[in-house]
Amino acid sequence: MRSFSYQRATDPGMAVQALSADAAANNPLTQATAQPLAGGTTLIDLMKLDVMRPAAIVDINPLAQGWSAIEPGSGNLWLGALAKMSDVAAHEDIQRNYPVIADSLKLAASAQLRNMATLGGNVLQRTRCSYFRDVSYENCNKRNPGSGCAAMDGVNRMHAVLGTSEQCIATYPGDFAQALIALDATVEVTGRSGTRSMPFAELHKPPGNTPEIETSLQPGELISAFVIPGRWPRSVYLKARDRQSYEFALSSAAVALDVQDGTIRDARIALGGVATVPWRARETEALLKGRKFDDGLAQRAADAAFADAKGRRHNSFKIALGKRVVAHALQQAVTMEI
Amino acid sequence: MTAAAPEPKATMGQPVPRYDATAKVTGRATYGSDMPLDNPAYAFLVTSAIARGRINSFDLGDAKRVRGVIDIVTHENAPKLKESKLFSNGGYAGTTIQPLKSADIAHDGEIIAVVVAESYEAAREAANRVKVSYSAATPSASFDSPGTTKAAAKGQNAQFREDPQVGDFAKAFEEAEVKLTASYDTPTQHHNPMELFSTSCAWMGDDLVIYEPSQYVYGLKNGVAEQLSIDADKVRVVNPYVGGGFGSRGSMTPRTAIIAGIAKGLNRPVKLVPTRDQGFTIATYRAETRHEIKLGASRDGKLVALRHEGAEVSSRADAYCVGGTKTTTRLYACPNVDSLVSIVRADRNTPGFMRSPPEVPYLFALESAMDELAVKLNMDPVELRRVNDTTNEPIGGKPYTSRSLMACFDAAAKAFGWSQRSAAPRSMSDGDWLVGYGCASTCYPTQMGPSAARVRLQRDGRTRVEIAGHEIGTGAYTIIAQTAADRLGVPLEKVSVFIGDSDLPPAPVAGGSNSTASACSAVMMVCDQVRQKLFKAVMPNESLTDKAKETVGIGQTPTTQAAKSDRPLDLEKAFDALGASVVEEYGEWKPDGAPLDSFKAMHSGHVRLVGGAALKDKIAYAFGAEFVEVRINRLTHEIRAPRLVGAFAAGRIMNPRTARSQLMGGLIWGMSSALLEATEIDERTARYVNDNFADYLVPVNADVPGVEVILLSEQDDHINPAGAKGLGELANVGTNAAICNAIYHATGQRIRKLPVRLENIEA
Ligand SMILES: Cc1cc2nc3c(=O)[nH]c(=O)nc-3n(C[C@H](O)[C@H](O)[C@H](O)COP(=O)(O)OP(=O)(O)OC[C@H]3O[C@@H](n4cnc5c(N)ncnc54)[C@H](O)[C@@H]3O)c2cc1C
Ligand code: SF4
Repeated sequence: MRSFSYQRATDPGMAVQALSADAAANNPLTQATAQPLAGGTTLIDLMKLDVMRPAAIVDINPLAQGWSAIEPGSGNLWLGALAKMSDVAAHEDIQRNYPVIADSLKLAASAQLRNMATLGGNVLQRTRCSYFRDVSYENCNKRNPGSGCAAMDGVNRMHAVLGTSEQCIATYPGDFAQALIALDATVEVTGRSGTRSMPFAELHKPPGNTPEIETSLQPGELISAFVIPGRWPRSVYLKARDRQSYEFALSSAAVALDVQDGTIRDARIALGGVATVPWRARETEALLKGRKFDDGLAQRAADAAFADAKGRRHNSFKIALGKRVVAHALQQAVTMEI
Repeated sequence: MTAAAPEPKATMGQPVPRYDATAKVTGRATYGSDMPLDNPAYAFLVTSAIARGRINSFDLGDAKRVRGVIDIVTHENAPKLKESKLFSNGGYAGTTIQPLKSADIAHDGEIIAVVVAESYEAAREAANRVKVSYSAATPSASFDSPGTTKAAAKGQNAQFREDPQVGDFAKAFEEAEVKLTASYDTPTQHHNPMELFSTSCAWMGDDLVIYEPSQYVYGLKNGVAEQLSIDADKVRVVNPYVGGGFGSRGSMTPRTAIIAGIAKGLNRPVKLVPTRDQGFTIATYRAETRHEIKLGASRDGKLVALRHEGAEVSSRADAYCVGGTKTTTRLYACPNVDSLVSIVRADRNTPGFMRSPPEVPYLFALESAMDELAVKLNMDPVELRRVNDTTNEPIGGKPYTSRSLMACFDAAAKAFGWSQRSAAPRSMSDGDWLVGYGCASTCYPTQMGPSAARVRLQRDGRTRVEIAGHEIGTGAYTIIAQTAADRLGVPLEKVSVFIGDSDLPPAPVAGGSNSTASACSAVMMVCDQVRQKLFKAVMPNESLTDKAKETVGIGQTPTTQAAKSDRPLDLEKAFDALGASVVEEYGEWKPDGAPLDSFKAMHSGHVRLVGGAALKDKIAYAFGAEFVEVRINRLTHEIRAPRLVGAFAAGRIMNPRTARSQLMGGLIWGMSSALLEATEIDERTARYVNDNFADYLVPVNADVPGVEVILLSEQDDHINPAGAKGLGELANVGTNAAICNAIYHATGQRIRKLPVRLENIEA
């Protein structure tokens, strides 16, 4: 960790101002000289590891009063960016009407982390790629653009099989983002020129040739809220992992269905643990829509999700695993009692 | 009595609560890096990013500009230290790779610089800013890497004495009715004790005090003195509490003398707290091993031929070797046995002891093979063990001092519900989960070493016991206090125990599960000296008879008729007769068969353990049987082990509470070793990749919902005065195989490589 200055935000305008002070030096955003601090469970870790080296920290926790609401309104669910993972996971309305959200949060990290961590910080958590997190490895295009990728032919069991590029195969590690992308959430962004909205699906950027650019956020922009349209009581989050708790997904699936008389009217599927960004499986959804559910369909739909998957030395198993997880999650969603 | 404090059976002590329980749960227990220092400087390590090659140059400019930096020590300006020999070659060190000696680099994560600063934060920041230019050479990472060399262990490592053999293996195997040949692999693993590999060094003139988690304060004191070329009496190591050891703190690491040297130069205490990932390379670990087992049996299951060949990875510099064939060739009755252990040298840090060092990898192989043989014979695996149970080990024919292996199997099988198992693989399931039951034998040699103790008894019954033992979380304080209270007949609350300080009378390394047997035997002997002195004062013409020794404590009423004639000792009267208010005795105890130089070696920090298969006319082991239930999700292939049941017999159980806790921890670690723990090595660079607790997985509570420990009563009068067999390393030995055997039962798939992960399950 390197020395940094610390400022507490007094209001959103001031926070945005402080974060965009040195705009020229703020590219890419992940290497910006000023970083917002929410729960700190990603940011402080990465600073201790010397991976992130901000010169200034702007603590946005004082904005919690306006930015941590959990509002299951009539049509839309509104979640403030500073709401804690644990509070959202424990919220009764969310457990009832959006089990996929509650479970994606409940199955993430540990109780202590969930008590600290915020929704905004959660979706912006960074990859767990061991080579990225250890600065003694020079070859990491994400951390050190143009230096190569140590994981490509290294130890890559945890790495992605979808959305990879020749530059980076790092997995997007979070769980909650899968629920958001599946449910067509929008994200509310507060910046210098006020508040804008964009589809959550546009927040994260696949690595391509610039793995150092992870999101479409601009310097000085903060996530203030997430908005989820509709209700999804028939939804599940299934997470396969090496141990029973407190562990990232090897493969996960967020599934939300609208089933009437055995026919799938709408299906929303997103995959975690296998892709470089929160991953919507639209091919799978297309196969399911308008059809009667059976095991064969589940299998075909799951296969479709991984049609373009590319495995490497240690992570090829994720393709077969991912398919089984999708099929299993579909079954659970279809048979769940609501 | 509760599950945590099991009712003592015959040959067991009371399950009294831990002596240090309150101090620990209230945070008052002081560990090495908690020790207050007067105006310390803080050290932070810089470690190498290559595993083999040279340092061309350092660029320290940026680092030195960090405010608060005092000095940056590299090979160019490091204090000169004497080399230290490996512990197994008569030295103290766990590695002979001495960092900061030259520009050469011998392994990943070798210490290449130490930043010293006014604060931890400044030292860390400056360390981050140190720039190093290397000339890297291609390293050999492990078994299959080009450039490794392989040779028999015998002759390379002084502590590896024999490749046990008996009869004519080749012929017997050839002629055997049923044969099995199978190969097994175990991974690299790291101890990861909770307390980091810290050290603090403070000089007062020419005297050095070291606060450091150590499992051997006498070894460390003498080793550091040797490296600094000073008198050992000038060095004191203090660690009243050690936050876990598991073998990683038994031998000296290079960090201590380096920090001591820097502190001397600065004329100021220096405190080092390395990071978790640095712990993977600045200390030892369990290296990966490979095994080939050949078993030949008759149709009724009797073993006729057994061969165990093992290979282990070590560093280029040191021929470290665990060599578990001394155990696996002797566990079962078998007339024709052969074995061979080899060492493969790679560009790695030197491995070392890790909880039950040889038995864990070697019994994984043998106990998996036994299960495979049982399948071939269509025999219950418990019965296969029964058929091959023995009272004498097959190599030299020596009798086991006691052996309750089958009693353990029977008790554990009953508690587990083994009879509910349907034998066919893949025949049990529960919803989405395939269910499998598996079992394995576990065993660990009974060892003890020379130990001294000092006991002081006051007129009011207050007692002080001093011994340079180690509280690594096992319960050493508690059982030493219990032993003294019992032997002197004073109330437990009146006993104070002082351990973890090399100014106290020497005790052996807290390793090889010898501590209880050694320390308690010494404490018992010295307590008897105290009683003898008081008896003499009251009854100058009588001596403390053996009967009285056994039955009468000070202030206790005799319980048997025979003892009554010896009259209980009235403490007040005895002290009056003595004309003093304190009796203090010091004594040195050594086990039968300990070498002549035992006591001298004990003071100079050399261990002279005896026991196990090395005893002259007997063999001493503790035994157990372990049963596990695994569940494998049909769809995700996730593997869980919801039930672990073990029954153990280890001579006298000093305290069923602390014993259960050790054995429970062992079962959990065994499960962890089978399903979770592996240090991943990048083959191209010979570097450890998952060197942190987020990536190196250990179980969480949700992984171990059901762990049951059964303690069997066992009396053994042939081992040591305390009658105790060590059990700290007993329980994690059998679990690896038991889990794989259960996975086979659940799936029909035999997995011979650890750890087993979901991608290894085929369907
Ligand atoms: C050991 C461990 C295990 C974990 N396991 C899991 C798991 O299984 N599943 C899972 O999903 N997660 C897991 N996590 C990740 C954890 O959920 C995230 O660290 C956490 O959600 C981040 O939230 P935070 O509020 O602490 O973010 P911070 O660390 O404060 O912020 C993260 C990043 O986002 C930026 N940021 C924060 N808030 C905003 C905002 N409102 N607008 C713009 N930028 C912002 C920060 O500058 C920083 O770069 C684990 C973490 C750890 C340490
Ligand atoms: S996968 Fe991405 S993050 Fe990991 S080393 Fe390669 S470039 Fe870096």
